[in-house]
Amino acid sequence: MKYKRITVVCGHYGSGKTNIALNMAYDLKSGGNDVTIADLDIVNPYFRTKDSIDELNERGISLICSEYAGTNLDIPAMPDEMYAITDDLTRNYVLDIGGDDRGALALGRLAPKIVSENNYSMIAVVNMYRPLTRDCASTVQVLREIEYAGGIGFTGIINNSNLGVDTAAGDVLNSVAYADEISAAMNIPVIATAVDKRLKAELDGKINELFYIELQNSLVNKEC
Amino acid sequence: MADKVLMKGNEAIAEAAIIAGCRHYFGYPITPQTEVAAYMAKKMPKIGGTFLQAESEIAAINMVYGVSSAGKRVMTSSSSPGISLKSEGLSYLAGADLPAFVVNVQRGGPGLGGIQPSQSDYFQATRGGGHGDYHMVVYAPASVQEMASLTVKAFETADKYRMTSMILADGTMGQMMEPVDLESLKVNPAPEKPWATTGTDKKREHNIINSLYLKPEQLEKVNFERYERYKTVEANEVMYEEYLMDDAEICVAAFGIAARVSKNAINAAREKGIKVGMIRPITLWPFPKDVFKNAAEKVHTFISVELSMGQMIEDVKLATECKAKYVLCNRVGGMIPLPEQVLADIEEAAKGGEL
Repeated sequence: MKYKRITVVCGHYGSGKTNIALNMAYDLKSGGNDVTIADLDIVNPYFRTKDSIDELNERGISLICSEYAGTNLDIPAMPDEMYAITDDLTRNYVLDIGGDDRGALALGRLAPKIVSENNYSMIAVVNMYRPLTRDCASTVQVLREIEYAGGIGFTGIINNSNLGVDTAAGDVLNSVAYADEISAAMNIPVIATAVDKRLKAELDGKINELFYIELQNSLVNKEC
Repeated sequence: MADKVLMKGNEAIAEAAIIAGCRHYFGYPITPQTEVAAYMAKKMPKIGGTFLQAESEIAAINMVYGVSSAGKRVMTSSSSPGISLKSEGLSYLAGADLPAFVVNVQRGGPGLGGIQPSQSDYFQATRGGGHGDYHMVVYAPASVQEMASLTVKAFETADKYRMTSMILADGTMGQMMEPVDLESLKVNPAPEKPWATTGTDKKREHNIINSLYLKPEQLEKVNFERYERYKTVEANEVMYEEYLMDDAEICVAAFGIAARVSKNAINAAREKGIKVGMIRPITLWPFPKDVFKNAAEKVHTFISVELSMGQMIEDVKLATECKAKYVLCNRVGGMIPLPEQVLADIEEAAKGGEL
């Protein structure tokens, strides 16, 4: 995948933003770039980038996140390191933004500088198997609200339609038309379809621009 | 192929409530159940329902009282500290014999505690919480699918017995995402409610919804009658799952997330040749007393796995008349036991089993 200096990852709750942001950071790092991932979610106190801190340390990817992430405190605090995103032009940044218009407010703080530097992509992560984004119209409505609050327009779509660990190849294939419809409605390209690495053999060559991802480790996702 | 969606437990409760015919939601946000309210805020206006963020938990539960009095399916949801605030209202609902559906997605306590998962409101849910003699039917889901199916069940039970039914989940159940088949949910329409304050049309005496009785004899009579109804609930509404109990000599008792963790530990113990199984209460009240009592005939040790300082273990002891040995395997404060911890207690119990 081609990357700009800043990659902003947005999408509705549970679309898989955090997983996509992590995998983009891994991808950038393995391409030899200095990478920082910034968790700017000010809404949901669970399923944070910080849950993958060991993995990030191992790969040499730095993390910016609320010092309260993963604690018992649920407050929308951002660290002052977040200004490095627009001030330190030597690194690549991947930004993980909260899942609705409220969440995207955190992006609004940085948006003017990001837009004036003009070296960014703003990615909409979509999942047609989530209850409030089942079709094109409802998904576009959510994405427009995020754009409005965040102050940046989307430049591309990653189709991340999945049913968690139960996702089958057919579920992914069935979602292609949904992503294409959103693409046409918003006039931005589908830059990739994200799928769990375990489906590689079944899907290789069947969809353009497949992005194979590793799922974030999480206690509750383990087979119980 | 069933049409599945990927849902958080909290979202599954909200959508299932709508499917069950609930069109009135009153609540006040609190982590980790806020998605129930957020989902209702999005959905209710689109289907002609009411979503109202009240000024407090106390206001919300009294709005539930009002709508229930008018005979409609109604709900509220909260997390531990918020349920404490609603407890006065829960007692009034019980005193007026009103059906209602209440969700508690528990977090660590006591006090403000924390936002991570817990099961330490077991006593509060099964022993009343509010004042006076009363019970609620308490359901403990262990999957997102069950968050949905037990929500539908809870509405039906509430209407059938004119009492409050509660989903007692934990933060993990509320936040975790799993595929859900909503089309499989079977909903029975709400029964006639001749007691509701729906207007007399000048054809009958007016109905009064109240929990105040001026004569003690009358109040005593109502209490006795209510407990006769509770006996019917205990006879008809017990739900549980047994796992590998046929030849078990050790029995794990666990519900919700603790049951999922325990299943992993039990599978690992079985591979080591240890005869261990699990009884997972799905209703915490009425508690599956008989199945535990029968298990005590052949089980030498019960291990109660809980995210509390040991609350359900008291019901396990009562049901089995303290005939066996009992071990509490727990984490608290928002921590969850790992399968390794449960397995270690199973192995320890297996060593000391033959008395």
